[in-house]
Amino acid sequence: MKMNNYHLLILFSVLLLGCGEKETKKEGFSVERQKSATEQKVDVPETNTVKASERIELSNKGVGPIQSVVLNAEIDQAMAAEGKAVYDQMCLACHRVGKKFIGPPPNNILQRRSPEWVMNMILNPDAMVKEDPLAKDLLQEFNGSPMANQSLTEVQARAVLEYFRTL
Amino acid sequence: MKKLNYFIMTIIGFTALLSSCNNQGKGASSGALASSAAEKVYVAPGEHDEFYAFISGGFSGQLSVYGLPSGRLFKVIPVFSQDAEKAWGYNEETKPMLNTSHGFVPWDDAHHPDISQTNGELDGRYVFINGNNTPRIAKVDLSVFETTEIIEIPNSAGNHSSAFVTENTEYVVAGTRFSVPVPQRDMPINEYKGNFKGALSFLSVNPDDGRMNIEFQLLMPGFDYDLSHPGRGNSHGWFFFTTYNTEEANSLLEVNASQNDKDFIAAVNWKKIEEYVKGGGGTKMPANYAHNVYDDNTHTATSTMKKEVLVVNPVDVPGAIFYLPTPKSPHGCDVDPTGEYIVGAGKLSADLTVHSFTKMLNAIENKKFDGEAYGIPILKFEDVLAGTVSSGGLGPLHTEFDAAGNAYTTFFISSEVVKWKVGSWEVVDRQPCFYSVGHLMVPGGNSRKPFGKYLVAMNKITKDRYLPTGPEVTQSAQLYDITGEKMELLLDFPTIGEPHYAAGIAADIIKERSRKIFNLTDNKHKYATTSDADVKVERNGKEVHVYMTTIRSHFNPDNIEGIKVGDKVYFHVTNLEQDYDVPHGVSIIGANTSELLIMPGQTETFVWEPKQVGVWPFYCTDFCSALHQEMQGYVRVSPENSNIGLSWSLGE
Ligand code: HEC
Ligand SMILES: [Cu+2]
Repeated sequence: MKMNNYHLLILFSVLLLGCGEKETKKEGFSVERQKSATEQKVDVPETNTVKASERIELSNKGVGPIQSVVLNAEIDQAMAAEGKAVYDQMCLACHRVGKKFIGPPPNNILQRRSPEWVMNMILNPDAMVKEDPLAKDLLQEFNGSPMANQSLTEVQARAVLEYFRTL
Repeated sequence: MKKLNYFIMTIIGFTALLSSCNNQGKGASSGALASSAAEKVYVAPGEHDEFYAFISGGFSGQLSVYGLPSGRLFKVIPVFSQDAEKAWGYNEETKPMLNTSHGFVPWDDAHHPDISQTNGELDGRYVFINGNNTPRIAKVDLSVFETTEIIEIPNSAGNHSSAFVTENTEYVVAGTRFSVPVPQRDMPINEYKGNFKGALSFLSVNPDDGRMNIEFQLLMPGFDYDLSHPGRGNSHGWFFFTTYNTEEANSLLEVNASQNDKDFIAAVNWKKIEEYVKGGGGTKMPANYAHNVYDDNTHTATSTMKKEVLVVNPVDVPGAIFYLPTPKSPHGCDVDPTGEYIVGAGKLSADLTVHSFTKMLNAIENKKFDGEAYGIPILKFEDVLAGTVSSGGLGPLHTEFDAAGNAYTTFFISSEVVKWKVGSWEVVDRQPCFYSVGHLMVPGGNSRKPFGKYLVAMNKITKDRYLPTGPEVTQSAQLYDITGEKMELLLDFPTIGEPHYAAGIAADIIKERSRKIFNLTDNKHKYATTSDADVKVERNGKEVHVYMTTIRSHFNPDNIEGIKVGDKVYFHVTNLEQDYDVPHGVSIIGANTSELLIMPGQTETFVWEPKQVGVWPFYCTDFCSALHQEMQGYVRVSPENSNIGLSWSLGE
């Protein structure tokens, strides 16, 4: 299973390199090569051209335990503070505010995602990246690097969401 | 070639015989077609086994975990031996677990696992197991399947009649096989007789946290105490030990310890001794032994040297200890589920001797004595004997029981298991073992409530049973179905080390309690880094402490500079994952120790002493994710006199 993913990944990296996305740096080397005949044969499915991380899907609730979330107009600061504490311990290793790190930055996330989707992504990432098309595309965009299930409770995930609103 | 053909013919013939027997048996009882052995042991991919079997590794020093009926190996739990795979005894956290009064001892001979009990039934909280060579008792916590406590036994040597638990896990008992001078001293070996002592140790188990403590040691006459089992039901409160070398020979025991027609089973009323001790009885004796405890919150073990032990002289507690004469160097000492019968397996005879607990109490009350040994009354053989099983086998070793009044005994010399009826002593079946069987195990067969169903025989010799692997070949376990009148051999599987003895239990009792992760919020390790914000590297003279984290698929920091040749670098690595089954490993080139294998939420430490200038990589050693191959980092090592300061980073 793991090996399969790994092979997919190699294939994927080759494709990426082939696209020449990387900018040439002063030092080091750059790769400029033509796709080989075999590579051209690979059937790349036509997907959404907007990067998954930049796509806006506010009505998608995702897959998981969360059906509806009510956000009060006023941010609950105490809850947000709890959320920050959880985030620092459980998420900081992969998410940084204001910059793409292992995963996407969490600021302004509610301008791109519904609160339900965000909480389902936190609580149920394994199923999300399999069943939710957006999450699936995100996983690809992030080179197969998994969104970790950090075993948060619903209350903790809700607090993190509140913290995200402050960013 | 001829030989081979002959062999095959024999096998075919034998199988034909066997199956015809089976068919007869089955036909008579059910009329159904005999289902195939393969079907009975087949556990489909993704399905779970019905039982756990904890099979000791003997000279491997470890405890293996198998599933029954499939015979699949799930885990080898390191206990007494260093295990590089799991960093057991290699990382800083677990080194103290192998500390003893003789210093760090990285190996032992692990023999008899026994599962904790409540009301005489297996409760699945702990497995206790003995280290023979440098006497120790270990406790494996079955919520984590890790060894969490090891206590050294003073005044003992060849800790063999161990580690068996009483009905409510009040005590784990550890008896010495070799008698020794107590206290140890410089004296001529041939003055053994009358001077050496055999210590029987009673370790209490705290009902709340399972913590062990040596409550008292009985200093018995200098015999060899071979095996033991607790009373149960009516005989709860007593413990029984087989003895041999009642001759007290100190050389060529092969001959000299086999002179007496009968040795003894020692019956110890531990409740009486407990009372005596609680009333202030016994003598505090200077001692020196290690008590090592692993804590699942600090993820760290501590070793404390204890300096005193309470000893009891048997003659000071009259009416607490008696000897039951038992023929021919008995090995197994087994008590049936009702607690009424005590079975002695006289390994140099063909018969089993069964004593009756009720008769024993009568004999004690009516003073039916046949002399005494060092002040301990010897009961009259005829007055305690319940019956004899005339087995026709040779070299009986050990007996366990099912829930239907049957007993199963192994015979080492004649390589077989014999089934007999408790009470009528009649032999009802015998099946060959391949070969030289030692102990056997029926799940729960050592309790008031055996689960029955299966029997596992553990063989020392396998010769032609598997593909050859040079002079050293595997030992084995054999699984028999014992639900019918006749036992049926189902499966034959290789084991680790010497499968000395085993304990089995219904999987349901343990499965639900098995932990999935360690909570990061409970991590109290002294050098834990539970948030990426706290990652750092600190220098204290030549000591450098790296507070590192790991999560799929990177280390933080993964670039470190300012390390110098001659430094002692401690990598304290915390796994920040909080998901099931996502450990990470780590090691660095030239580390004179094993890798770490860090469970989610856990912190572990390895030491690296760089000897060469350069830029040296480290990496994740456990295939953890699609980007596992990217999980790597570098440490820059400068000359000893360099003035490059410490710096560290990730992603810069
Ligand atoms: C091991 C690294 C890792 C950890 C730890 C981690 N994440 Fe993620 N996260 C990712 C990656 C990578 C993605 C992109 C999706 C993918 O690759 O599956 C992601 C995606 C997300 C998304 C969707 C973002 C978007 O823009 O659509 C949210 C929300 C999220 N993570 C929240 C969290 C929270 C909250 C935590 C802590 C409880 C956390 N993550 C912990 C790696 C991680
Ligand atoms: Cu890894």
